[in-house]
Amino acid sequence: MELKREEERYGYFLITPSMIVVFGVIIIPIITTLVYSFVNIDPLSSHNGEFAGLSFYRKALTSSEFWADLGRTLYFTAASTAIETIFGLMIALLLNEDFPGVKFLRSIIIIPWAIPTVVNGSLWKLMLNGEYGVINALLMRMHLIDAYQSWLGNPKTAMLCIVIADAWKMTPLAVIFFLAALQGIDRTRYEAAMVDGAGAFRRFTTITLPALRPTIMVIIVMRTVEKFKAFDIFYLMTRGGPANSTKTLMYDTYLQAFTNLNYSEASTLAYLIVLVVVLMTLGYIRLMRREDS
Amino acid sequence: MKKTLSLILVMLMMLFSFPTFAEDISLNAIFMKQAGYSEDDVLAMTQAFTESTGIQVNPTFVAYEELAPKILTASASGGYDVILGDCIWPAQFAKAGLVLDVTDRLGEVDLDDIYQGALDATKYEGKYYGMPWLNDVKYMFVNMELLKQAGIEEAPTTWDQLIEDAKACKEQGICEYPIVGCYAQAECLICDYTCIAGSFGGAFVDENNQPTLDSAENIAALDFMAQTLKDGLCNPKSLEMIEDDVLSTFASGSAVFAINWTYQYASMNDEAQSSVVGQGIITPIPGTDKAQSATVNGGMPLMITSGCKHPDEAWEYMLFLASREMQARYCANALPIWKSLYTDPQVIETAGAEVVAASQIQFDYIVNRPMVPYYNELSTAMQSEIQLVLLGQKTAQEALTGLQATALELADR
Repeated sequence: MELKREEERYGYFLITPSMIVVFGVIIIPIITTLVYSFVNIDPLSSHNGEFAGLSFYRKALTSSEFWADLGRTLYFTAASTAIETIFGLMIALLLNEDFPGVKFLRSIIIIPWAIPTVVNGSLWKLMLNGEYGVINALLMRMHLIDAYQSWLGNPKTAMLCIVIADAWKMTPLAVIFFLAALQGIDRTRYEAAMVDGAGAFRRFTTITLPALRPTIMVIIVMRTVEKFKAFDIFYLMTRGGPANSTKTLMYDTYLQAFTNLNYSEASTLAYLIVLVVVLMTLGYIRLMRREDS
Repeated sequence: MKKTLSLILVMLMMLFSFPTFAEDISLNAIFMKQAGYSEDDVLAMTQAFTESTGIQVNPTFVAYEELAPKILTASASGGYDVILGDCIWPAQFAKAGLVLDVTDRLGEVDLDDIYQGALDATKYEGKYYGMPWLNDVKYMFVNMELLKQAGIEEAPTTWDQLIEDAKACKEQGICEYPIVGCYAQAECLICDYTCIAGSFGGAFVDENNQPTLDSAENIAALDFMAQTLKDGLCNPKSLEMIEDDVLSTFASGSAVFAINWTYQYASMNDEAQSSVVGQGIITPIPGTDKAQSATVNGGMPLMITSGCKHPDEAWEYMLFLASREMQARYCANALPIWKSLYTDPQVIETAGAEVVAASQIQFDYIVNRPMVPYYNELSTAMQSEIQLVLLGQKTAQEALTGLQATALELADR
């Protein structure tokens, strides 16, 4: 009995550090943020500390800025995830073939993913620079443009540039997932299909694609959630500009908290982001279950 | 067991009853690594302070954009003792209770010898919240070599004249985009707009701090900025540029006119960074018939955080950094706050006679950005709306009318 109690005490002792970390940096901030979204925490306001009920949620949901930010966030999420999935699959199909140098290519494909986002953002910002960027130089040489363009200073192209920069970094992750899945497909199925006279496209649509469907689903779910919360690449490349054309919900949350000191509005936006992500995840789970059945 | 406990207790009491010596005190300070004093300058000043007082200081350097977030996130834990803040922050920080009122401490300082612009940068509702340190305003930089190629011998003193000169440079193929501005969606856009609006006779708030954003002068100034882009006189890439980009464009010889902080003077004359060494001059920002010139106050004070455990030592450190001796020694990138130093031969030699001469005129035309607690939120709104005007997607009248309503709403919050 005494031994058991001592073991129990030792167990508590062992989990104490992780409990402190979990409560300190996850549970307590989550609860505090939730409380902040119902209480006016704005040191600059004369209503600081007053209970606000659902007023911050009402304010956010009725503001055109919120919906514009949400639209931009969805555009970034959808475009970036689509590029990663499509290009990831195409590259994986290529790397799944047997040709000289494939092993080397498989090992270097990981490099963009290994680059920290800070470096990636700064790198693309330099390459896209309107005065001396290498992308302008390249496009000029290819006669695709007749003058250097301000890619990040133009609201029509700024978001697309961020999408490309983000997709370039994260596509290797999709490649790795797809490559692992492709190598799990039984080769004899392809041989049998070839004997039956199926062409490359038919083999892809009838064997490869159905076998990859669970992997595609996992990539889409994982990347959508991650992209919805993306902040660093926007902070590094455009800071929401030009003219708010790259201001996403996450970036607005940052502005509310750390520029305007409006912690309640920031907390409300944070919870609305969580809500959207949860809804999207539930949708994906339902879709996956339907696929399984 | 009891004996051991008593021994530990006695040892702890002895430990805590020891007096604290200066050598034991350690301060954390945060600075920016952008315009103004360089990182090396601040480190050298800090080392000199530690050598003379024994007080250790751990300085952190971040980009301007990261300064406020770092200060705010660290405020809850009392992370920094001394902070460098922009002149637009004391109002917000004071109202939020993040910095200490130093009005009484400033009593020991010879305030009459400090430039008003630098002093204003620390003030909110009649009280002072910091020690003036960085005394900076924006100037006009002109590449005289390119201007002379267009047959123009004198730098312009009015915006009308500048436009004529810019047109001459463009038409003669000397420079595709003679004007460059830092019009990115950032605070630098508001700084440039403050200068231009001021030189058109405009201001963002009146003497009672009430918003006046939709005044005819402000509208005219914004229309003027948009027109220079529309006419191809201003570089369209200005919309993605901050101060360093303006500097590099000017330093590469791709611009004739640029508005920037004092630090551009040293950089554009540094062979390692510039291909226009000796070609550029620093001069007051042009004016109109409404105002001879105008510039924006870029003063940055040092402040003590409310969580600071050693405010006396922090104040001592601030006084040391802002001392006449330090300011005279490190004036190559930032001019002193002390009026008396402007006749000091060492300062004139280090900062450059041309910079000192330009500053003597430009300091008379300082315009403050609104020193109100809601400034940051207003600035964020202004940045995107002004960009819409510069992109030709909104008229200046529409944008500024909307911003006036936003400012009034924020003032009532």
